[in-house]
Amino acid sequence: MVPESYYVGLSAILFTVGVVGVVIRRNPLVMFMSIELMLNAANLALVAFGRRVGNGDGQAVVFFVMAVAAAEAAVGLAIIVAIFRLRRRLSVDDLSLMRW
Amino acid sequence: MAHAAFFIVAAIAVVSALGLVLRRNAIHGALFLVVNLGSIAVLYQTLGAEFLAWAQVIVYAGAIMVLFVFAIMVLIPGKEETGPDPRRAWRLLALPAGALLFLQLIFVVSSARGGAGSGAPPVGGVAAIAGLLFTRYLFPFELTSVLLLAAMVGVLLLARRRV
Repeated sequence: MVPESYYVGLSAILFTVGVVGVVIRRNPLVMFMSIELMLNAANLALVAFGRRVGNGDGQAVVFFVMAVAAAEAAVGLAIIVAIFRLRRRLSVDDLSLMRW
Repeated sequence: MAHAAFFIVAAIAVVSALGLVLRRNAIHGALFLVVNLGSIAVLYQTLGAEFLAWAQVIVYAGAIMVLFVFAIMVLIPGKEETGPDPRRAWRLLALPAGALLFLQLIFVVSSARGGAGSGAPPVGGVAAIAGLLFTRYLFPFELTSVLLLAAMVGVLLLARRRV
């Protein structure tokens, strides 16, 4: 049986790749996909810890995370499409109106 | 044997995640993300979470990725990151910052005082998860339906054609 620490280490690697992806990319769609990557890394850690504890609570939490991720992806993509309709460009550097 | 399988799947997951981040073309990134989600589903299966493995394939690789690919098609890919990046130096700071974050994560995880594993057999079948969802997590489960309804109404509002 593979120890849980391997899964958690893999989860840390995937989470870091997701964070770097959000920061270095300019395309909001790719940034969104990197966010999905981070959510999945956290889910993997939850399932691994859940196996260590020995009950299904971790998996129930992962189920809710999936539902929230689905809602987040739908709303986020709708916002991106609305912004694209308005400005005809797709780069996060243009969207600095609400930044101080 | 189990170790070999884990390392193969983990390597696929890491390589596909790097492909998502490093490829310029967004549609290639989406396909890499599908591979990544599938390999994570395999890892769920090896952890004994059968229900989550299939939910991962259906919800993520099915529904969410179709949404992403559709949005990429609508939004004309490949035209947004072609020019030179005026903030390249700042963006490259992400690499040392990411390395620092990774070291922190490893430090926190490895220094955690985990109790000994219970050694209980993993529960992950549909019956076990359904039993939890409809007893202890019944209220969050119902709230999830409200959340999905709110998201649906919000998306309809955002996607409405202005007149």
